Amino acid sequence: MGKNETVKILKFHAEKCNGCLDCEKACSQIQFKTDSGGDKSAIRIIKKSGSYEMNVCNQCGLCIDVCPVGALTRRKTGVVTLDKNTCIGCQACVGFCPIEGMKKSDERIEPFKCISCGACVRACSEEALELVEVKIDDVKKVVYYKQGA
Amino acid sequence: MTEGQILIEEYETGNTKHEWNFKKLKSSHKILAEYKYKREEIQRGYANRTLYVNLDTGEIKEKKVTEDMKKKFTGGRGFGLKLLWDSIKPTTRWDSEENELIITTGPLCGVTQYPGSGKSLCVTISPSTDIICDSNVGGFFGPYLKFAGFDAIEIQGKAKEDVVIVVDGEKGKISIETAPKEETNSHLISEQLTYMYASEENDKSRQKISVVSAGTAAENSYWGCLNFSFYDIRRKVPRLKQAGRGGLGTVLRDKKIKAIVAKVEKFDGVANNPADPATLAKLGTKLHKEIRDLDRYQCNMRSVGTVHLVEIMDEYDLLPTENYRFGSFPKASKIYSPEFYKLFTKIIPDGCWHGCTMACAKTVDGFTVMTGPYKGQKVTVDGPEYETVGCGANMSLWDPLWILEFNFYCDTYGLDTISTGTAIAFYMEMYEYGILNKERCDGLELCFGNAKAALELIHRIARGDQGEFTKIAGKGVRRVKDWLIKKKWGDKQLINDCGMESKGLEYSEYVTKESLAMQGGYGLTLKGPQHDEAWLIFMDMVNNAIPTFGDKAEALHYFPMWRTWFGLNGLCKLPWNDIEPANNAETDDPSKVPEHVQNYVEYQNAVTGWNVDKEELILQSERCYNWQRSMNVWLGRGRRKDDWIPYRSMGPVTEVEYNSRKERYDKQLVEKLGHEEDEIEEMDIKKKMEILYDYRQNQYQKLADAVYYRRGWTPNGIPTPQKMKQLGMDDPKMLKMLQEKIDEDEKAGLNKWSGKYGKEEEPPSNDPHYWEKWD
Repeated sequence: MGKNETVKILKFHAEKCNGCLDCEKACSQIQFKTDSGGDKSAIRIIKKSGSYEMNVCNQCGLCIDVCPVGALTRRKTGVVTLDKNTCIGCQACVGFCPIEGMKKSDERIEPFKCISCGACVRACSEEALELVEVKIDDVKKVVYYKQGA
Repeated sequence: MTEGQILIEEYETGNTKHEWNFKKLKSSHKILAEYKYKREEIQRGYANRTLYVNLDTGEIKEKKVTEDMKKKFTGGRGFGLKLLWDSIKPTTRWDSEENELIITTGPLCGVTQYPGSGKSLCVTISPSTDIICDSNVGGFFGPYLKFAGFDAIEIQGKAKEDVVIVVDGEKGKISIETAPKEETNSHLISEQLTYMYASEENDKSRQKISVVSAGTAAENSYWGCLNFSFYDIRRKVPRLKQAGRGGLGTVLRDKKIKAIVAKVEKFDGVANNPADPATLAKLGTKLHKEIRDLDRYQCNMRSVGTVHLVEIMDEYDLLPTENYRFGSFPKASKIYSPEFYKLFTKIIPDGCWHGCTMACAKTVDGFTVMTGPYKGQKVTVDGPEYETVGCGANMSLWDPLWILEFNFYCDTYGLDTISTGTAIAFYMEMYEYGILNKERCDGLELCFGNAKAALELIHRIARGDQGEFTKIAGKGVRRVKDWLIKKKWGDKQLINDCGMESKGLEYSEYVTKESLAMQGGYGLTLKGPQHDEAWLIFMDMVNNAIPTFGDKAEALHYFPMWRTWFGLNGLCKLPWNDIEPANNAETDDPSKVPEHVQNYVEYQNAVTGWNVDKEELILQSERCYNWQRSMNVWLGRGRRKDDWIPYRSMGPVTEVEYNSRKERYDKQLVEKLGHEEDEIEEMDIKKKMEILYDYRQNQYQKLADAVYYRRGWTPNGIPTPQKMKQLGMDDPKMLKMLQEKIDEDEKAGLNKWSGKYGKEEEPPSNDPHYWEKWD
């Protein structure tokens, strides 16, 4: 683990969200240079029984352990990042992410994820999104479970 | 013993480090032949050419893969069979100049999205069996061979001195180079060559190299395996997976090949240029999720690999102990999977190809070697797998550390753990009966449980010791049986009944006495008694789901065909049924895992752009399966007599065995053979064993009748030309040969069913020439 013991993760204030999806559009602009949002966005806003939910990577880092080629690493900022050039597109991280925060678009074989860049926060006119600093130890997950657990 | 989120650069195995002088090693290489080729993209899973290397003449050339070849042979093992058919003669034996060692890939090989997609299929004429042996193996070589530009490599002839063959996909160059100074044993040479041929001095570059090698014991025995390396960026060691069965490593060393190296410049998740990458990613992700959610409740492969089977087999009386005399043992819990879990290094991922989240390739790092040339050194032991632990049980070794020692040396010396363990277990039983003794074993006290003696025998084989026993022991059970009988040291029938081989190949590690279908699964096979064709014990014995001969024959048609399919495509079988969808038990046919079969249909279509269905997958296999059997016939084998199995795999050979399961056998004499209970109680054990012997032998012949009929073969086990034509395999030379062999059998009176049928029973067809009507 790097010396930096904290990481910025996204926090969602559902009560402020108006469902405009500007956050997704901003994210897909970063990820794929398109404002189509949807499956090209690392953050997803889902309407559920009159309210909204956010689905996005929580920087737990479980995916680091499943990557066979070391394409996923936790940077000095604490953010878990996928190196597209090293990635061999196996989707192990997509399949193993417990919250489905690792995303895959049909556009390319390599997955992508939230890098806590804040583009979505800036794009949200309702201030429904916020980057908060948390301790890595509080969010960290490891893939290996005790036998039988 | 570290768990989770280890920085790749910080992980330490604690292994002994080696200092090599690579300049010196490389400068002693002399280039014997070189061939430059144009690199081309893979098209929908196929490189569309194979590589031919002749070590005798130095000829290196490309062969085109035709559409007809794809249609008939699909790829992988199928291509291997086709290339072998074009190159050898019916008189070819394992050490003939023209025998070939072929390593193939398959159209789905190298896909990273779907677990278990990195297998190579190796084909040759086996020293153990004199017929074709196919052996599948993980590691990076197969995918890299394809990404370098070839669907297969075919090596003919023998070199005059030790060589390495380098397939350099970075430079587009094949070379044959002398390699006088490299180590031979696999854990060392794979490290040397990985470092030597990596373009840069970093782990990323090393991960783009794969080395095929076999150690020194492969030179002196028929059990030589091929070690395929895959560089582990976390452990920083080239790890090893084995093409174990049938002596392929023996052929490698007979050709004086020290190693084959494959190297790629780069590859990505669509290096196969699949027709539909989006579907591939969806299929793969679905299976990753299944494994994530269900593996821990099913096979626990991610924790302990195939070793999870040890306790299950012990519980069901299927774990071979003391040369298959028993199926369970009071000490067995000492080698249950939790004991190995304590030793395994718990870091992920452990797939032998990228993207395999079954991750069953477990290791023990920093293992301190206890005997032999590497005594005191700390090494990474790849495995053990279930089979290797089963060998421990078979030799009555109940200490995990000795099983690791056995595993390590078998691997690095290039020995198949299965053949080695099964054979030594047989020698140990012969030792117990006094048929062998210390003197006859070159001074070794080779009794059950003597791990040191077992290891010493392996070291002697690796050193090429010239003791009479050592020399013959390494040639396996069949040769030792003949030797013991020739020496008149014991009863011929006892020796033949106890030695667990069929076709010359040693059995793998399951007790089949109570499952007739599984006896067929071992005996009515192409290459010999290996569980890769069918594993029917639970279906047959535990669930009684295939009670009739017809049911068993259907299972011995479907499952061998289905399992063959993986080898045509470059796939591992484990992700098919060692993980099952949560609702699998509620489907029509749980033993087939229907949802996963459908995955494979969609998977093959997504890569190749074909539009096949599940029936076509079986047909793909049936073509190659029948072709291989036909080639065995051509080589003078492949008949009913060659499908013989030893009685130890059918029933109790000795009184000790009968008495250990007396209740079971007595009950069968009453229920299945109609004897009265009182009669059985009074009956002499020898008499009871005789009755059981005759009954079970006849059951096996009746099963063979039913299976041959279901497969469209003659009653003597020859694929009929009519069947071949139905499958679209119309090679005139092959069809003519088959008809000639059938005519020979006809003259010899062999075209008739061999089971003895009772009053209310019938052979599978009243017409023993039933196939002639198909014209």
